[in-house]
Amino acid sequence: MAVSFRIRVDMIACDGRGLCADLLPERIRLDDWGYPMIDPTSVSGVVLDHARRAVAACPVLALKLEAVRGS
Amino acid sequence: MIAHELPSSPPLSTGPSLPRLLSALDEQSGGATSLSAHRRTYPPPTPARRQPAESYIAAVEKAGLRGRGGAGFPTGRKLRTVSEGQGRRVVVVNGSEGEPASAKDGLLLTRAPHLVLDGALLAAAAIAAREVFVGIERGKVAALRAIHHAIAERVHAHEPMVPVRVVELPERYLSGEESALVHLINGGEAKPTSTPPRPYQRGVGGGPTLIDNVETLCHLAQIVQWGPAWFRSQGTVEEPGTMLLTLSGAVGRRGVCEIPIGMSLATILSSSRPNAGGISAVLLGGYYGTWLSVADARVATMDNATLRRMGSGLGCGAVIALPPHACALSETARVLTWLAGQTAGQCGPCVHGLAAIAGGMRELAAGTASLRTLESLHRWGDQVEGRGACSFPDGAVRLLRSALKVFNNDVARHISHGPCSAAAHQPVLPIPSANVVSWR
Ligand code: SF4
Ligand code: SF4
Repeated sequence: MAVSFRIRVDMIACDGRGLCADLLPERIRLDDWGYPMIDPTSVSGVVLDHARRAVAACPVLALKLEAVRGS
Repeated sequence: MIAHELPSSPPLSTGPSLPRLLSALDEQSGGATSLSAHRRTYPPPTPARRQPAESYIAAVEKAGLRGRGGAGFPTGRKLRTVSEGQGRRVVVVNGSEGEPASAKDGLLLTRAPHLVLDGALLAAAAIAAREVFVGIERGKVAALRAIHHAIAERVHAHEPMVPVRVVELPERYLSGEESALVHLINGGEAKPTSTPPRPYQRGVGGGPTLIDNVETLCHLAQIVQWGPAWFRSQGTVEEPGTMLLTLSGAVGRRGVCEIPIGMSLATILSSSRPNAGGISAVLLGGYYGTWLSVADARVATMDNATLRRMGSGLGCGAVIALPPHACALSETARVLTWLAGQTAGQCGPCVHGLAAIAGGMRELAAGTASLRTLESLHRWGDQVEGRGACSFPDGAVRLLRSALKVFNNDVARHISHGPCSAAAHQPVLPIPSANVVSWR
């Protein structure tokens, strides 16, 4: 069983400056007010690297990588 | 020690047919049913033990009871999940009724407080909970008084029970949101918290917490008393039992009534209004609900299976009939403006999105909106849905979408010709005053 990863945002913590959308355009777009809209498709390879970078860069630790068990 | 007061007549062997819950009200006094009167029908609940009472959980599962607070989750499954959780289990009676068009839970708390407490204590026995909390909004003075008095009656009668505490809630829509309720009881503000963990996993004091609506717990008490087969003798197979409705707007008799689930909406409306003057739409589920066109209202039955096909749902059971002279768009704009003001202010899409949606809807109502405004409203709905930490903004989006669909002719006319003549009328739906309320 392989483990894949998905991005999640804690909307209460997020302050919507949109840094993450710059670092992970593959999965994150901003809404009309600048808050991240996340594509729930799992990430791997180079996109996973970008995701890790975005998670590390979020100033309020609102972004998380969540392990999903799949086949 | 004073002996238990003996019931003056033996408890009924079969339950009431209709009404069920409302039969617990003392029609003669018009006040709260006393403990001694209540005990003529209902025996004292078996005290909570260290082990969950499997038979109660099984009975509620068999009965197929679903929550009557709006979400409609199977109560038996909730009981079972919490009963299997590790830690000090707690029951919370959700007596917050922040929905302006609903009055049924307040009625049960005020007039049948012992049925509510029986339900809560039986639920506590079912999951082996060590404590019960009853949350009621600070301003519901009669309900608070009735529950405090009912608890005192039980203490005086030496009925064995786990500690029951009454918690006063701020008068806000979100006080009834489960994580907000738990946060408040734990000493925080009545604002939703990030999930997981959900209250059934880690709630009050960190223990598994069962949160049930007032009406739901009253049904639970009756199921334990008269059994699942009796419960299922009303309602539909999928959604058994009766439910309370709160009728308002262009109806002859406003107030709370009890119906078997699946009853025809047309019958409910016509039997409540001998002075029939026509209606232009029905708002089902209250301000957090959805609009139903007159054509749909004519054929709708009051069950979620049918209503979902019409893009609607029972919600908390509030039914508002819109009179023909009202402007549905202005009414929706006012409700959405109120809802936007109820945000907990924590999540960007909820704060900014609901404000934008309410603003766009006000423009539509005023006749100053363009086709682009309409486009934006649709996009904002899509952008806000599912993006709050709690599901509060999703309800506002549902209301918006149902309005744009059901009143699409009005929308087009307002855009092309400006506001309708109805917009000049006094608004119909009452909006609670916008007093600043604390979060505790
Ligand atoms: S970087 Fe963090 S705070 Fe900024 S928008 Fe993204 S999730 Fe929100
Ligand atoms: S979605 Fe809205 S109501 Fe829910 S937690 Fe976020 S800000 Fe509060």
